[in-house]
Amino acid sequence: MSDVLPEPTNALKATMQRRSLLKGTAGILATGIFPAVHSAEPIVLRYLGTAVNQDKAIAEKFKADTGITIQYVAVTTDDVTKRAVTAPNSFDLIDTEYFSLKKIVPTGNLKGIDVKRIKNADKITTLFTTGMVNGKAVGDQGTAPKKVIFLEGEKSKVFSKTPTQFMSLIPTVYNADTLGIRPDLIKRPITSWAELLNPEFKGKAAILNIPSIGIMDAAMVVEAMGIYKYPDKGNMTKKEIDLTIKTLIEAKKQGQFRALWKDFNESVNLMSSGEVVIQSMWSPAVTAVRTKGIACTFQPLKEGYRAWAAGFGLPATLKGKTLDGAYEFINWFLDGWAGAYLNRQGYYSAVLETAKSKMEAYEWAYWMEGKPATQDIKGPNGDLLAKTGATRDGGSYEARMGGIACWNALMDENNYMVQKWNEFVAA
Amino acid sequence: MSTPTASLPSPTPAPGRSLSAWWQATPLTAVFAVFFLVPLALILMVSFWDFNEYELLPGFTFKNYISIFDGCGNTTEMCVTLKTYLSTFKFCFMVWLITLVIGFAVSYFLAFHIQSQGTQTLLFVLCTIPFWTSNVIRMISWVPLLGRNGLVNQGLVGAGLVDKPIEWLLFSDFSVTLAFVHLYTMFMIVPIFNSMMRIDRSLLEAANDSGASGWQTLWNVIVPLSRTGIIIGSIFVITIVMGDFVTVGVMGGQQIASIGKIIQVQTSYLQFPLAAANAVILLAIVLMIIWALTRLVDIRKEL
Repeated sequence: MSDVLPEPTNALKATMQRRSLLKGTAGILATGIFPAVHSAEPIVLRYLGTAVNQDKAIAEKFKADTGITIQYVAVTTDDVTKRAVTAPNSFDLIDTEYFSLKKIVPTGNLKGIDVKRIKNADKITTLFTTGMVNGKAVGDQGTAPKKVIFLEGEKSKVFSKTPTQFMSLIPTVYNADTLGIRPDLIKRPITSWAELLNPEFKGKAAILNIPSIGIMDAAMVVEAMGIYKYPDKGNMTKKEIDLTIKTLIEAKKQGQFRALWKDFNESVNLMSSGEVVIQSMWSPAVTAVRTKGIACTFQPLKEGYRAWAAGFGLPATLKGKTLDGAYEFINWFLDGWAGAYLNRQGYYSAVLETAKSKMEAYEWAYWMEGKPATQDIKGPNGDLLAKTGATRDGGSYEARMGGIACWNALMDENNYMVQKWNEFVAA
Repeated sequence: MSTPTASLPSPTPAPGRSLSAWWQATPLTAVFAVFFLVPLALILMVSFWDFNEYELLPGFTFKNYISIFDGCGNTTEMCVTLKTYLSTFKFCFMVWLITLVIGFAVSYFLAFHIQSQGTQTLLFVLCTIPFWTSNVIRMISWVPLLGRNGLVNQGLVGAGLVDKPIEWLLFSDFSVTLAFVHLYTMFMIVPIFNSMMRIDRSLLEAANDSGASGWQTLWNVIVPLSRTGIIIGSIFVITIVMGDFVTVGVMGGQQIASIGKIIQVQTSYLQFPLAAANAVILLAIVLMIIWALTRLVDIRKEL
């Protein structure tokens, strides 16, 4: 430009600069892309997970405490995995289950979480790090978190067998699942997983139609019926898959199942309408049936529980202020308020110590120690969950989590298993 | 349809083959190519790829197709794929038959029994009212009605007609067919009604004058002239039922096989090549059905 045009005066130069600056800003505004240099720009974290864990109250409280906005992206369990594998830049924080990691980590789409930046990292319950509850080892069949929680390095695609500085997921919530029953319609004690296929409940039973979880429930039943004892229910051979599916198909042909369910609400409807009196169920679904005033028990069984655990992970491409924001959220999450909130819903929090400090003594006694409630127990939103004198199904934390028989899993023969599961649905 | 057009001279040879006509067809062709042909080609391509737990492996393998028909040579028990198709065909046929009968009857009533055009329009709009809510909601509303402790069973037990609730009302072939008929009869009514409205009323008078009975007129005049509508309606209903997985899932208690459901499960487990192979087979079968149906009538000519 200066070659052709005469040198502009200083005043003109200044005007032009101001103009082009204005234009540029307008252009940026128009495209909606703000450069990262704007220091006052608020951080927004896109939080990918299932709707069940995405609580409005948690996002509101976090925003009030730190000014960081959480933007929930709610999809189904299967879709969380699918997006982590296919679209890792579409979120800043992922909330997924440990068993999905076998699919996600080898893609290199997750960044190892630096435990040095996590304030309460050393207080995370030993269930995750060593597989122990109060010094006692629990069942580790399936994808137990301790097998997949550590990575060899920040950018590693392989799991480490020994603790390292980098975690794949920081645990958030976990629980142990069992059968849900309608005690008012069954009218006798239920003590074993085998009851799911008991002909007494013909046409009144249901099982979960998410193959990788449903097959574990089926395996619990097969073992309880004494048909077969699996070396590892969470990693079956083709023959074992065949046997498990065969058992299910036989029962289906006898008309054992009223329905299969895939969705939280479906299980609640089946149970509350009385279509089904016994089914595999999730703890909050049992609570949902109960809040309708219908008797429903999350029945502890002698063979133990099928456990699951979810946690926060960071996408590999995350950096700068958003990364700091994500760490801040994880730290905040482990700091007690969220933990107490989850404990009051019947889940368990990853750092028990901090959660305890935010709960009333009577709440802690009811939820975590399995003691009778000394006053009415209310949920986080004020719903009455249990009256004075009631005890929690499954008793204390130690009794419940200590009774884990297996974990939700991703098998080596997963493809074959899904194919066979389709066979069961088609039978 | 009427005679004058046939006697018109045609000065330009083969209208519609000129350059401008090709230009005019370009935008639609482009949209069709980008949103239909390209994705279809991708599906076809992926159906020959290999895959593992977390990634697609480009290549060329028949593995996916082979695994779909795995065990289909077995004579003692039918393989899953055949069983699934059989069950899908069964629903297809039943739903097609029922919607055809109902659709034809409703259209006949609207087209020939209602004289005033205002009433005709009003009744036609009435038919579309169920479509003001979502598919899934219309489906789910059947559940509390047909359930074990649902309204129908309460009524039957209350009236003393049965001693205990009827179980097969819900989560059965019956409930699936019912929901399909409820959801898709409209797709039969619209084209059949449209065909019937184009029938020259003088033909009916002629039939009457020639002494044809009502049934003879119906069978020899109205049905053949409504053929286009019947075929178009059939194509709608058959293609929808063949690919459906939501209705079969919700109304069948998730335990009735459908090919759409299998594809859905496979995509949710990142088995895209398998799902693609299944989709290709399903598409081929549906195309064959449509091809067979269009043999029965030249839709382009009739429209």
